[in-house]
Amino acid sequence: MRLVATLALAAVLAGSLVTPLQAKHRDGVADVRQYQLDNGMKILVKEDHRAPVVVSQVWYKVGSSYEYNGITGVSHVLEHMMFKGTKTLGPNEFSKIIAANGGRENAFTGKDYTAYFQRLHKDRLEVSMRLEADRMRNLTLDQKEFAKEVNVVKEERRLRTEDKPTSLTYEQFIATAFQTSPYHHPVIGWMDDLESMQLDDLQQWYEHWYSPSNATLVVVGDVKADHVYRMAKKHFGPIPGSDIKPVKPQRETKQRGLRRIIVKAQEEVPYLLMGYKVPVLRTAQDENDVYALEVMAGILDGGNSARLARELVRGKQIAVSAGAGYDMYDRIDNLFLFDGRPATGHSVEELEQALRDQVERLHTTLANQDELDRIKAQVVAAKVYELDSVFYQGMQIGTLETVGLSHKKLDEYVDRVRAVTPKQVQAVARKYLVDDRLTVAVLEPMKDKKEKDQPVEVKGADNAK
Amino acid sequence: MRNKFLVLLSLLVVASVGHAGPKIERWQTANGARVFYVNAPELPIVDLRMVFDAGSARDESKPGLAGLTNSLLDEGTGKLNADQVAEQFEGVGAQYGGASLRDMAVVSIRSLSDKPILDKALDLFSKVVASPTFPEQSFQRNRKAMLVGLKVASQRPNSIASKTFYKQVFNDHPYGIDGSGTEPSLKAMTRQDVIDFHKRYYVANNAVIAIVGAVSRSQAEELANRVSAGLAKGERAARLEKVERLAAAKVKRIKHKSQQTHILVGQPGMHRGDPDYMTLYVGNHILGGSGLVSRLSDTVREQRGLAYSVYSYFSPMREDGPFMMGMQTKNSQADDALKLLNSVLKEYLEKGPTADELKRSKQNITGGFALRVDSNKKITEYIAMIGFYDLPLDYLDTFNDRVEAVTLEKIKDAFKRRINADKLVTVMVGGDK
Repeated sequence: MRLVATLALAAVLAGSLVTPLQAKHRDGVADVRQYQLDNGMKILVKEDHRAPVVVSQVWYKVGSSYEYNGITGVSHVLEHMMFKGTKTLGPNEFSKIIAANGGRENAFTGKDYTAYFQRLHKDRLEVSMRLEADRMRNLTLDQKEFAKEVNVVKEERRLRTEDKPTSLTYEQFIATAFQTSPYHHPVIGWMDDLESMQLDDLQQWYEHWYSPSNATLVVVGDVKADHVYRMAKKHFGPIPGSDIKPVKPQRETKQRGLRRIIVKAQEEVPYLLMGYKVPVLRTAQDENDVYALEVMAGILDGGNSARLARELVRGKQIAVSAGAGYDMYDRIDNLFLFDGRPATGHSVEELEQALRDQVERLHTTLANQDELDRIKAQVVAAKVYELDSVFYQGMQIGTLETVGLSHKKLDEYVDRVRAVTPKQVQAVARKYLVDDRLTVAVLEPMKDKKEKDQPVEVKGADNAK
Repeated sequence: MRNKFLVLLSLLVVASVGHAGPKIERWQTANGARVFYVNAPELPIVDLRMVFDAGSARDESKPGLAGLTNSLLDEGTGKLNADQVAEQFEGVGAQYGGASLRDMAVVSIRSLSDKPILDKALDLFSKVVASPTFPEQSFQRNRKAMLVGLKVASQRPNSIASKTFYKQVFNDHPYGIDGSGTEPSLKAMTRQDVIDFHKRYYVANNAVIAIVGAVSRSQAEELANRVSAGLAKGERAARLEKVERLAAAKVKRIKHKSQQTHILVGQPGMHRGDPDYMTLYVGNHILGGSGLVSRLSDTVREQRGLAYSVYSYFSPMREDGPFMMGMQTKNSQADDALKLLNSVLKEYLEKGPTADELKRSKQNITGGFALRVDSNKKITEYIAMIGFYDLPLDYLDTFNDRVEAVTLEKIKDAFKRRINADKLVTVMVGGDK
């Protein structure tokens, strides 16, 4: 799932050269208003009055990158258990109340965050705040509910990872690239850790991380910021804050040469993943590097006119698909990724060579101005398009705050990307896209032809009994 | 030409409850394209979505043809090749998209509304839709890519299950065709097939144009004319044959090396504009359409922890689309899970929902109405759907009233008439790992 998200970011780099328009729309859009409660909880509100709706998200600074061996997946299992009742609510009652109020809700866990959200008619915002404040403090972790829910999570892992060869490859690839960094662990956790997870693991995790001082409330929609603040103060204000020791840095140990793995899985077509270790906005010594990497992702894969689609999919026809991507808003150093599938008649080795030729070209040849202009045009337009979704706006604000950046970085984005020069792109290619930072994974088909799927027909009407 | 009095009445009701949808205007271009437009001046964006009755249901003996045609539109037009088309869209930050479903072929564009930018994006869009060159090289490449796609899908239990399910439910009806194609069909396909398909179906009389954004009515008229002017008038695609109900239950078990077994159970369901539409929609919302609080989710996931995802839905199309229940669970408990799935359905058919369930579902659907139309993107999709399926313009305005009109008796009655538990298709894929 993460790879998809990462590559999608590069796809967002799809926009144009329109400074006056950009300035114009900014005047019409409210800025983010920021508040803080005495217990440390942050409240961020963005007014958007286009429709009578609101999205409310509670973000906790905890996710799989806060975990350690033996309890991997605990953040995500706890996320599931947060729907299983409090001192005053029964299992699943949270969801029933939101539903009866016309709401849609869910939650998601990532490497760096666990977040809960509701989308509602603006008049129902207080329902969500009352319920979120309740489960921030009063969760009841019940053994019977846990026993069932951890099975649900195991099914989720089978669905998303075990039976999905590309996900399986991605998981092994990441675990190879990162040896000491906590990005080593999959968000959903290793199956063996899920098997041995105890209720007490969850209890400790909840008590340690679920505190207003470790949470951010993000509200976007047809609301008044001061009103949201007063409402939040009423519901979250009485919860005492706590002293949370910052998580240890766990920086990745220096890589000393190219790493390469093979993953065999039930598959017919090979798949390739390549990743170079790079800094992110929060860790970079020079932020310019990060924006240059972002532009580099655009040069390679910012739309159908970018190099990978143009040269590898269409031109040489070596790949049926080829992508590049980079998530600059991760909490700690991550990878600049490439992935792809070879076209019929081409090997995965040829595809790898073609991708590495692309890297080499970034080292030796400056990007031309047309390419950069197109990326910048796309970035400017995409910034306007994203205003069409209150949910996405909330996601961005919440992500940045939770990884330890200010949401104000979002306002810098367009200008910083526009300022990147071809020379800067070349410089980051030379600095980061080098073999000593590279990990390569190949998904090797192991389909046994003899055991080709045999449809077995069983006729009869007894299935409904 | 709806009854005037009824329309007025519904407007009154809507006004008092405050659930009016966006104001939709409709007209026809000189050459016959049906246009649906909503003014949304808040953001400097224009969304334009063209929908042709040219989905995979029109593939006939050449499965994959509709999808291949749609994927090739932006591969060249006039003197421009695929690189230049992409450069020109992306150079102004416009986002071009295409999709091929069973009923619909979709072509869409999102652009900033700034006039020079919009003009550039829409001029190119018009050419891409009306006069694609379908270069031989692109045809060969995309055809091969689809063949690779088939190979990848052949190892995915969810794809195997879904393809088998549609085949079993729809048999020889065009909805039984899988839009991703088949190996023999794709191998036999020629560029001329694509040209012919485009010529026949990408025509004005077969098109619906939805426009939402910061453009006035007169600007929208001009845009609609521009994107349809290059199209031949043509003819609207002929009505599809009706979907026949199944004569008997069918069980299809397919062995696959996966940890989970994917289970799909269902039969032909309902169509857009179906007199039972809202009753079945609300009834299914209770059964398996409301996420974590549905009956199926409560029984299978909440109470027993058997699956991460369990659901049911009606997929209404021009003709009866499928009714489907689905879940995935580890192989060893698949048979028990199937029994459970069927017992939930059986009980629901016998007893119907409870009054409390109906009340809660209505509250969820009506209380969440604003969320259906809270972005230009969603409004664009809605009005394209309303236009494509010839639904009344007040479809959204009357939505909540129609939900409120559903009763326990109506649900029980409609499910009994429409769903036959003794004639279900059951597909199970997995079990071999």
